[in-house]
Amino acid sequence: MIPDHPPAPPDFAAAAAPPPRAPLMPAQRGGAPLAALSAAATGDEHPASAPLSIHDMTVAYHRKPVLWDIDYDAPAEKLIGIVGPNGAGKSTLLKAVLNLVPKASGRVTIFGQPFARQRRRVGYVPQRESVDWNFPVSVFDVVLMGRYGRVGWCRPVSRSHRAVALDALQRVGLTDLRNRQISQLSGGQQQRVFLARALAQDASVYLMDEPFASVDAATEKAIVAVLHELRARGRTVLVVHHDLQTVPEYFDHVLLLNTRVVASGPTRDVFTIENLRRTYGGRLTLLEEAAHAMARGAQAR
Amino acid sequence: MSAPHSVRHHSRAAAPFWLPLALLGLACAPPAWSDGGSPSGPALRSITDNSLRLPTLRQIARVITLSDYNTRVVIIGVSLLGATSGMIGSFLLLRKRALIGDALSHATLPGIGLAFLVATALGGSGKSLPLLLLGGTVTGVLGVVTILAIVHLTRVKEDAALGIVLSVFFAAGVSILGVIQNLSSGHAAGLSSFIYGKTASMMFSDALLIAVAAGLVALTCVLLLKEFTLLCFDTSFAAAQGWPVVALDMVLMATIVIVTVIGLQAVGLILMVALLVIPAAAARFWTHHLPSMLLAAAGIGAVSGCAGAAVSALTPRMPAGAIIVIVAGLFFTASMLFGPAGGMMARWSAHRRLSRRVGRQHLLRAFFELAEPHHAAAPRAIALEALLAVRSWSAGELRRLIRRAARDGVVQPAATRDAWLLTPEGAAAAWRVTRNHRLWELYLITHADVAPSHVDRDADAVEHVLDPAMIAELEALLARDAPLLVQPPSPHGLSPAPAAHGAA
Repeated sequence: MIPDHPPAPPDFAAAAAPPPRAPLMPAQRGGAPLAALSAAATGDEHPASAPLSIHDMTVAYHRKPVLWDIDYDAPAEKLIGIVGPNGAGKSTLLKAVLNLVPKASGRVTIFGQPFARQRRRVGYVPQRESVDWNFPVSVFDVVLMGRYGRVGWCRPVSRSHRAVALDALQRVGLTDLRNRQISQLSGGQQQRVFLARALAQDASVYLMDEPFASVDAATEKAIVAVLHELRARGRTVLVVHHDLQTVPEYFDHVLLLNTRVVASGPTRDVFTIENLRRTYGGRLTLLEEAAHAMARGAQAR
Repeated sequence: MSAPHSVRHHSRAAAPFWLPLALLGLACAPPAWSDGGSPSGPALRSITDNSLRLPTLRQIARVITLSDYNTRVVIIGVSLLGATSGMIGSFLLLRKRALIGDALSHATLPGIGLAFLVATALGGSGKSLPLLLLGGTVTGVLGVVTILAIVHLTRVKEDAALGIVLSVFFAAGVSILGVIQNLSSGHAAGLSSFIYGKTASMMFSDALLIAVAAGLVALTCVLLLKEFTLLCFDTSFAAAQGWPVVALDMVLMATIVIVTVIGLQAVGLILMVALLVIPAAAARFWTHHLPSMLLAAAGIGAVSGCAGAAVSALTPRMPAGAIIVIVAGLFFTASMLFGPAGGMMARWSAHRRLSRRVGRQHLLRAFFELAEPHHAAAPRAIALEALLAVRSWSAGELRRLIRRAARDGVVQPAATRDAWLLTPEGAAAAWRVTRNHRLWELYLITHADVAPSHVDRDADAVEHVLDPAMIAELEALLARDAPLLVQPPSPHGLSPAPAAHGAA
């Protein structure tokens, strides 16, 4: 579909290889009982080649912890759903990884290197409500913003960058709307613009904050197609997701989050009633929904 | 407020760049409504003379042609100031920091007073403009920093913090000015002009300062256009990409500080925020394109400044700062009403266009459905009463619809009185409209689980906005379930469609 897409970075092939399971780091992290919960799913060591590793990260707003001792390695080339109740810290997790909110402790590595040195390899889709859609820019202008990080200071956007942005627009099916002002888009189209902007970043790891929130069916289909395409190209995508029903359908892996990591791993192993109950507490209606979701997910396989 | 002619004359050495601005002056000078008035000028008037003298034609001509050196300096200076603040004000507006500009300008007053005190204490004249502006800059920035600190460190929200800092700093400034007045009567007379501005006494060096600042700001806007745009649109995305958003914000605010401080003398610190906000807000109604918005805001700011200076030069008691802001306000009002990008008229006419289209589609469908049971090969005359019966429209409304449709050539009067028939063009349109309606109805019934009794009304709400792509999608969808539907839907034995019925 997109023949002229730039190839993955050269060191990516190495990252795509199965991560060495040998304990690169001795398990000696202060014996925190909370860490033991996640240890079951992630293992205690951090493989150096993981696309995204979060090391003992704690985030607090006004001394109230929002995320507590998160320790997580994202598997390579997977679609990973981040699932948890409201206020579980899902969005904060993404923002803390991106250094948008201060971390009380912990660090983040991308392919074994500190995030600050690997920014270009991380793409971001913020929540749609986070910006003012009356802003005087066109659809294409917004998608071009995905290239700004590579354009550099005070320089105009070159033709090759424009080509990448156009290609990204085509991948989300918005080529015809490229000159529209962004306020004239539907909610789903706005979401696809954000997705296209992230695609234009041409990253290796993508962090998406609720891309499926209140979108139309066409957009949902388009997003799923893009996710599959990204996985096929060897990208790793972490998606904050709120709809339990569609989790088994969309994601290979899940990260169940409620202030701390409740469980993480392949969806079929981890996305269980048991784990959901631990994630959501005693909210029965949700559990029922989850039960339906499980049933459907089982049928689908 | 001093009259323009009372200002000392300065060297005529410079200002070769006035020519293009003469056109601006031409555009914004007030009309010549009077030829009377005393040629000797207003300064000779008695102090008890309260009558408002209208300017003479000759005075107007002198202002328009910028033939008077002082007027030229003032008009060029203020126009440049308007253009500069319009441009950078656009970013301030888009960053949603408009009120920060207000707090900033109010917070300059204590600094100006303190700078005067320090200078006189050290034995200087205390009237050195760079020193006063430096003092103003320091407390202005301090005010902004205080606001940010309050917002970040306490639970007080930004609007309250703004109100507190703005008023406290301004009060401090007024108090310091009072102290100065008590200490040294006479010397401090010029300081209060910073509050309301003193455009008419602008000197060449002031205009030059403004020109330099204008150049600097324009350069910043051009070089950092992409960075500022990203910062204002989506700060967290910018930060995630690694842009130093705090530094960028500082650069933006520093530019605002420079423009504000430079503009203090001209329009005064109370009205300075107007020059930052109003041209930008007005420009937003004319375009959805950010660079165009910057240029439009600069233009509106320049014309406002020019007009204000011109009016004030002609009527000496008019404070230029106030006139500038009023002219800018008029621009804003006109933009809000007539601007094509979200102006009220544009919205209203779009709404009217839609309701007319909906009305006409209803009319066409009524014609079509009334003729439908008769399998008429030729267009059939429909009586007005029959049309009245099918929808809940009043007779007047219906006549208006028909009159408009007749003007557009889709219906024509029939041989019988009060009856109308579709033209061939109208028949094709009616067929299309009816078909869209039924496609959507069927979609609602088969795919959206809407009860057939409700479907007509729901279809009504949507069918008028269906675009060709959606219709094609509907056709594809429904063709799978009922292949016949790709052809005219004919639940009541529909007559074959007219020949010319391509896609909508």
